[in-house]
Amino acid sequence: MTAVVTANGLSKRFKNTVALDGASFQIAAGRIVGLIGPNGAGKTTALKAILGLTTFDGQLSVLGLDPRKDRNKLMEQVCFIADVAVLPRWLRVRDAVDFVANTHPRFDRAKCDAFLARTKLQPQQKVKQLSKGMIVQLHLALVMSIDAKLLVLDEPTLGLDILYRKQFYQSLLEDYFDEEKTILVTTHQVEEIEHILTDLMFIRDGKIVLDTDMDSLGERFSEVLVNAEMAAAARELKPLDERQVFGKSIFLFDNVSRPQLERLGEVRRPSIGDLFVATMKGTYA
Amino acid sequence: MKSFYWLVKREFWEHKGGFFWAPIVTGIVGLVLNVMMVITAEVMGRRYAGTNTHFHSNFDRAFDSKDLVAAGSVLDMTLYGVTFLLLGVMAIVVFFYCLGSLYDDRRDRSILFWKSLPLSDTGTVLSKAASAVVLAPVIAVVVGVIVGLVLVGFLAIVATFHGIPAWRLLMEAHPFRVVGTLIALLPLYAIWALPTLGWLMLCSAWARSKPFLWAIALPVGAGIIVSWFGLMGIFNRSTGWFWTNVVGRLLGSLVPGGWVGQNNELVIMPGHDDPASVLNALDLSYHYSALANPSLWVGAVAGIAMIAGAIWFRRWRDDS
Repeated sequence: MTAVVTANGLSKRFKNTVALDGASFQIAAGRIVGLIGPNGAGKTTALKAILGLTTFDGQLSVLGLDPRKDRNKLMEQVCFIADVAVLPRWLRVRDAVDFVANTHPRFDRAKCDAFLARTKLQPQQKVKQLSKGMIVQLHLALVMSIDAKLLVLDEPTLGLDILYRKQFYQSLLEDYFDEEKTILVTTHQVEEIEHILTDLMFIRDGKIVLDTDMDSLGERFSEVLVNAEMAAAARELKPLDERQVFGKSIFLFDNVSRPQLERLGEVRRPSIGDLFVATMKGTYA
Repeated sequence: MKSFYWLVKREFWEHKGGFFWAPIVTGIVGLVLNVMMVITAEVMGRRYAGTNTHFHSNFDRAFDSKDLVAAGSVLDMTLYGVTFLLLGVMAIVVFFYCLGSLYDDRRDRSILFWKSLPLSDTGTVLSKAASAVVLAPVIAVVVGVIVGLVLVGFLAIVATFHGIPAWRLLMEAHPFRVVGTLIALLPLYAIWALPTLGWLMLCSAWARSKPFLWAIALPVGAGIIVSWFGLMGIFNRSTGWFWTNVVGRLLGSLVPGGWVGQNNELVIMPGHDDPASVLNALDLSYHYSALANPSLWVGAVAGIAMIAGAIWFRRWRDDS
């Protein structure tokens, strides 16, 4: 396994808060990793550290480089979309393509033109005339035409309607992602990326509290639909979480053997959303 | 180098209004005002004094005494004057450009887009500095010369109505020498402007908000404190020295020709009735004697240091 990102004891303090508290993780090549956490858990700080946009303590290697020292070199291999609407409002579509084509050594202009041809974007339009969804289409077209090893997405679909959101992830999967590339994405819209992720990381209070690939996630966590009479037995197995639906209880278990659970009721794979809610209980309390 | 070219081009795209259209509009407005003034003067002159009017005292005197050199220098002065007017407008544009140069994209977060490209912060900051003290003045000079030549041509045509032959008058002008002088002064201008450029860009890169207030308040506040407590007495300097050489240089060095009058006190400016000798006194060697002025070099070093500071803040300021 070649690690694209290796973080060891990543820490960052602001004046009165701890953004990262000794976070350690590894991201392998050819994966799509979701970094999920509540507001203020340190997601964006972790991404900024990876992108060399902020100072931090601890060890961090991205593609073998230290983002603090070798940022210029690193950015030839790393791309990022930091939420929608960061394209400057005065920029024209045509000029944006020209600029990236002439400053980025790994940019493929033909590819970009092909992506743009699929949209309603006009070359002479300025960003300020575009809707939020169209700005993302432009940004995505630019980024997907760059042959980068690591793509970092920080809330890339925030504020977009569902058509643009679906299209965004679909384009990424169909036209961009391959085993040479790695995508690291944070979002609150967990359900939408659930089926495209290969790996999942939960971050809470600056620490990585869950780091697993999606296959073992299904083996490790189970959700059981239990009738009222079996509920007491289920509680003895120390569930992570319990909630009530239509007179039945739904229990979430971590590392309990499947035959044991099947005796209690119907077993299924938990959604990331439910797992997230269970893991983050009490965060804002 | 290719990246640098595109970085400067980016600045031009973003600030086309200030760098390109502002001098053109100012030039056209200046031209129209001048033409209107001349026409009004002609009409009024004819109404009250009949046809025997004076067009321009310098022209008349020149032709009366066969001293055409003086008439030619009036045309040269016109060319200089128009260009300096445009350079003045450019100085205002560039002042605000510098203040926003490293701040605006942090405020609207588009810095995150620029920083996603493999562009060094050094290259970015230097491209903005070059846009301010090279690109903008060059555009202003080019536009100024074109507008100035049109105005000179117009004056020559009007002069024919007063019996002054246009071609003989124009032959006395030195447009090439004027343009050459203006171009030769551009490097001096860039060096002279460094302290203000560096200071404004440093504030722009450093301030978390309101770079304009910081940029003005810090030097002016320092000046007031120095004046109040008479601190300059320690160095045997007057308070005025601080205002001129520190506050003035930090905030006012973008003014075109700011070095004039600070250079060589042995050069005595002739009265303005003798334009030819004024122009002769203000020749290139006079301007470049500013290189012997310590204020120029101390300011340049301070400016470069502040630009280096701006690069550092550009790299590490983390608030978007």
